Amino acid sequence: MAKQKMLKKPLFDRIFKPELITLENGHTAERPRSRTPLIFILFVIVVYISIQATGFNLNTIISRANQLSVILAKIFRPNFNYFSKVVSPLIETIKMSIVGTIVGCIIGLPMAILASSNINKNKPTLLFFRFILSVLRSIPTLIYAYIFALIFSLGALAGTIAIVVFTIGIVAKMLYESIETIDMGPFEAMQSFGATTLQSFWAACMPQILPTYLDDCLYCFELNVRASSILGYVGAGGLGILIRERTGLRAYSDLGMILITLFVVVWLIDVINDYLRSKLS
Amino acid sequence: MSENTLAKLNEEPKTLWIRLLTVAIVVSLVVWGSQSLSFSGFTSSGINVAKGLVNGLLHPNTELIFDLSDSGIPFLILQTIAIAVLGTIIGAILAIPVSFLASTNIVPKPIAMVFRAIILLIRTIPALIWALVWIRVTGPGAFCGVVTQSVCSIGMISKMYITAIEDLNTGILESLDAAGCTTFQKIRCGILPQLSASFISTAIYRFDINLKDATILGIVGAGGIGSPLNNAISAGKWSNVGAFLLTLIVLVIIIEYFSTKVRARLAHGRR
Repeated sequence: MAKQKMLKKPLFDRIFKPELITLENGHTAERPRSRTPLIFILFVIVVYISIQATGFNLNTIISRANQLSVILAKIFRPNFNYFSKVVSPLIETIKMSIVGTIVGCIIGLPMAILASSNINKNKPTLLFFRFILSVLRSIPTLIYAYIFALIFSLGALAGTIAIVVFTIGIVAKMLYESIETIDMGPFEAMQSFGATTLQSFWAACMPQILPTYLDDCLYCFELNVRASSILGYVGAGGLGILIRERTGLRAYSDLGMILITLFVVVWLIDVINDYLRSKLS
Repeated sequence: MSENTLAKLNEEPKTLWIRLLTVAIVVSLVVWGSQSLSFSGFTSSGINVAKGLVNGLLHPNTELIFDLSDSGIPFLILQTIAIAVLGTIIGAILAIPVSFLASTNIVPKPIAMVFRAIILLIRTIPALIWALVWIRVTGPGAFCGVVTQSVCSIGMISKMYITAIEDLNTGILESLDAAGCTTFQKIRCGILPQLSASFISTAIYRFDINLKDATILGIVGAGGIGSPLNNAISAGKWSNVGAFLLTLIVLVIIIEYFSTKVRARLAHGRR
């Protein structure tokens, strides 16, 4: 074909014709119309609908802001005597997130391999595993915890299973994205002299993805500690049980103590993770 | 194998001990952690719950999905999205001054440290607790969800904004200065173009997270799809639970797909 096919313009440019500018040398150039007004109008409409749907009212906040300051004042004057009661649920929360993260990351690895397009060449199973992972990720941990608490009795087991399920979803997604960017040369080389897919993956791809995998696991652990602290709210063990009880009784200075301990633990875990990360890279 | 190959092979660092040690640590952590997990079998109703759930997911209550009233799924989904939209927008706007005040290249270090501590504090307190606190101010309902998400979003959004602000190329500002631009012109042409893409990208990413969070805030009564879902689970209305969960899954997957698309476009330019 002599003439190259005209590039199809986006719908916007076909409705609002681009401005034609004649340059000094006689050529014409097109300048597409700005999209900002359209985006702005859409934005205003979305915000208006959202305000209507949620009953947003700034006056309520302003007139009742003193309520907040009362609660916050109590939270920031924590009841240090309550610390002794926080310790054992806290340890339970940490245990839940450790076991949940490790088990979830171990199950997540084969799921990620099956969901990466450069290892699994079978399109239907690939899409199937990706779909499963999306579904796993789309349901919040708290809902999982609630359902598992009903199935397996209240307590840490339900919370741990909820964390495992959620971790699989996240870790496998992050991992298959990094598996797809690795260098496939060594893998193909191993396949060419007769290694099985599993063997070649283990020897050629594992060393490449291991640092990212461990990094993702640490990231998940961080997420899970934060998430598992509230799982007890639906009866799945850990700090959440205390949080529910104390807010129900309006004992906000006890809540303050719980939050401070949580804050310190999360911060400590952040520091440890940063150290481990620096060792990894 | 030739002598050379064997010699090269022996030069490989010996990692067996480190590997064994890592495995031992991981195993002992799991053993320590699982002591508190007593599997006491299923609860008496556990099997029924599991059966009901599977049944509900296979036969969702379709009436609920097409019910256009206040308790129907379309309205609840709209409300959940609305909570996430408003929460993200307000949070993203509030995060702008906070993150400028926490960037070491804008303000002196002590002030930046104070604001970073505030950001860390906001990030550490789980969204559910923010909702429990705010509910005393706003009363139950979607409004509480909006306020909660506005505050919670500040933490993560500021953290990403700060990275963008600290990566600012100040050379551009100097050259604008040299060209005789006013402060306003410098902000308009020197700072906004550098920041807008990453700011919008962050906000969209947070919208993704907020949408998932909005579904759990309902458990404490902060509006959206969470509270009817919660009620349906506790009342054992599994066909309703199935309908809620299925719409939730579809919604989250659709939003995730679009947000990934938009963010990829923001990162790599148009088309």
